[in-house]
Amino acid sequence: MAEAAKMQVSDEVAIQITSMNKWYGQFHVLRDINMTVMKGERIVICGPSGSGKSTLIRCINRLEEHQQGQIVVDGTELTNDLKNIDKVRSEVGMVFQHFNLFPHLTILENLTLAPIWVRKVPKKEAEETAMYFLGKVKIPEQAHKYPGQLSGGQQQRVAIARSLCMKPRIMLFDEPTSALDPEMIKEVLDTMIELAQEGMTMLCVTHEMGFAQAVANRVIFMDQGQIVEQNEPKEFFNNPKSERTKLFLSQILGH
Amino acid sequence: MSETHAQTVTFVRDTMLPPVAPPVGERGAVKWLRENLFSTPLNIALTVLGVVAIWWLVSSSLPWWLNSVWNASSLGECRQIVAANAGEGATGACWAMIRERWHQFLFGFYPPSQWWRPILAFGLLFGALAPVLFAGQKRSLTVLLGAVLVFLLITLYLAGAPGVPFALAIALVLGMLALAQMQPGRLLWFTLIYPALCFWLLWGGSVWSPIVAMAGFGVLYAVFRLASPMIGLAPAAGVGIVVAVLWWLYAEGPVVSVVQGVLPFALQSINSDQFGGFLLAIVIGVTGIAFSLPIGILLALGRQSDMLIVKTLSVGFIEFIRGVPLITLLFTASLLLQYFLPPGTNFDIILRVIILVTFFAAAYLAEVIRGGLAALPRGQYEAADALGLDYWRAQRLIILPQALKVSIPAIVSTFIGLFKDTTLVAFVGLMDPLKGVTQIVRADINWKGIYWEPYIFVGVIFFVICFGMSRYSMYLERKLKTDHR
Ligand SMILES: Nc1ncnc2c1ncn2[C@@H]1O[C@H](COP(=O)(O)OP(=O)(O)OP(=O)(O)O)[C@@H](O)[C@H]1O
Ligand SMILES: [Mg+2]
Repeated sequence: MAEAAKMQVSDEVAIQITSMNKWYGQFHVLRDINMTVMKGERIVICGPSGSGKSTLIRCINRLEEHQQGQIVVDGTELTNDLKNIDKVRSEVGMVFQHFNLFPHLTILENLTLAPIWVRKVPKKEAEETAMYFLGKVKIPEQAHKYPGQLSGGQQQRVAIARSLCMKPRIMLFDEPTSALDPEMIKEVLDTMIELAQEGMTMLCVTHEMGFAQAVANRVIFMDQGQIVEQNEPKEFFNNPKSERTKLFLSQILGH
Repeated sequence: MSETHAQTVTFVRDTMLPPVAPPVGERGAVKWLRENLFSTPLNIALTVLGVVAIWWLVSSSLPWWLNSVWNASSLGECRQIVAANAGEGATGACWAMIRERWHQFLFGFYPPSQWWRPILAFGLLFGALAPVLFAGQKRSLTVLLGAVLVFLLITLYLAGAPGVPFALAIALVLGMLALAQMQPGRLLWFTLIYPALCFWLLWGGSVWSPIVAMAGFGVLYAVFRLASPMIGLAPAAGVGIVVAVLWWLYAEGPVVSVVQGVLPFALQSINSDQFGGFLLAIVIGVTGIAFSLPIGILLALGRQSDMLIVKTLSVGFIEFIRGVPLITLLFTASLLLQYFLPPGTNFDIILRVIILVTFFAAAYLAEVIRGGLAALPRGQYEAADALGLDYWRAQRLIILPQALKVSIPAIVSTFIGLFKDTTLVAFVGLMDPLKGVTQIVRADINWKGIYWEPYIFVGVIFFVICFGMSRYSMYLERKLKTDHR
């Protein structure tokens, strides 16, 4: 936690969400979400299954459309304008629960595809960047294998490296470790902690409370599509205010 | 196990067991026979029945094959020879008919002096396919192009091709072989110009017609490039297509006659009704296959589109074409196409058939590819979106390569079906190898009454071609297998 305090949070706004609502048909998934994320913040979002955590972070890069309110990412408002959507998507990296690597491409091709086609980086340069980030996630020797030949933990680290190759300003993680075996969780979390220490703005849906305590500077608890409580990790875990939060924490920390 | 447990729970292995071969009777032919042929009384009975059936088939047809006659000038003579050799009442195949009429099965009524043209087009077809089938694989490319070279050298010589085209063709293939060693990617240029070259070789006429027709695509591209900065991509493409169609309808004829006047260079014109046999089947089949795949892909994407009009048109097209028998479409080809085309255009019958066969296969392919698209996990689309790839790039780089890969067996089945369906053109009066040519052969008094031989001959050639496609699809599946599941 001492480390978390050291990390810089600037006073520049990275993401601003105001009175945002979203429905799936008749079902009101996200209700009046208000949230400001500063540059360099590491935010952990937790909450029971079906509470809308995934939906919330998927709205931030418009994988899901919201129906009411405003989402501004890095100064660009998300509307139906495809140009804005593409701009936001190329600045926001996303890591999925099931990795979603492209199985027909090698690891290196997975990493260079978007820089080459979206950012128009020359192939050689893209490959150098890719090798740099593969080195950072500690699997440079796997560059020429296919995703299917890697372990889950390795695949997830490749997925993180793939997002980083686009040089994003914000990273979104949707339960990046929940499809992994316990011994692989640590290698992925280590990568994420390192990323946090470099000052990346991160929004992370996870139930890894150790991770939250180590790097988060804010924990948000969601239930039934609403933000129920948010606080610094220390306060959040030791002194939860809401009954729902207490119940939730007792369930996930209890055993 | 429970006993050992009862005595002691702790257990430490101190010597590791080496692997041992399975006991006899559990491996090799004995095991296989026992498991597959003689495992139960029912199985034994079926095995015996199967052996009897095979024996009966072989013993009744073997004499027919063994008594084959290759040299005779009529069916009557064949029968005399069989009777003389094998005794009164013996049966025998009369392959002499194939020996005399093979060319009609291959070329129809294409003039013999011009046979070198379809032969050359056929050889170069593989040159054009090579970079598509074996992208960037130097060894396979070299082997295939080498085979094309040998094939052309032998067959063009046998067909008595004139010296100049002979030399040009060989030089072309040698050039491609050299290019395959240095820059295999460049070979695709030949693939692009091949359709025009092939058209000219087969139908003849002025060399300028296909060139000016191809220039239409150049016009399309130029208009698109000039207009797209001003009016955007989609409208520019629309304007380009309109201008290109105007070019083909009104400019092409005059331009060709002017250039032909200055630089006369032409091959003897061959009419569509002289085409027949496998020449016809392959022309229709290959063109149909080449065009149905891209159209099928677009239809499949259209069917999934969010745009209502695109979606409705795609669904309507697919369901209409799939709901109607191909023969109906062939019969009404001229009528149907009149609706889409300016009045007064008189369409060549082969072209008409090609268009319909292409549409027909495209509708089936669209459904096959839609299945492949549906098999992809949603995460693939999401990952592509999240990386900022736009729709067409995501489709081209992420979605289609995977969707097409899982659809390869079904796609190739559709292609094989299309190729065999080309025999249906007999119903609109074209000389397909199966019915058209066979009828002509039987109309000859010498071969009247011959039955099995032409069908076997045509069947074998169809089988070789379709089997080749099937093997290629298996090779492709193996080559593209990267998921290691
Ligand atoms: N495409 C969809 N259509 C309709 N309802 C949906 C859709 N996606 C999610 N939902 C519903 O929205 C609610 C929130 O889903 P979401 O995936 O955001 O939950 P979550 O908090 O991420 O849960 P988990 O921890 O299980 O991942 C759930 O009740 C879910 O059933
Ligand atoms: Mg979720």
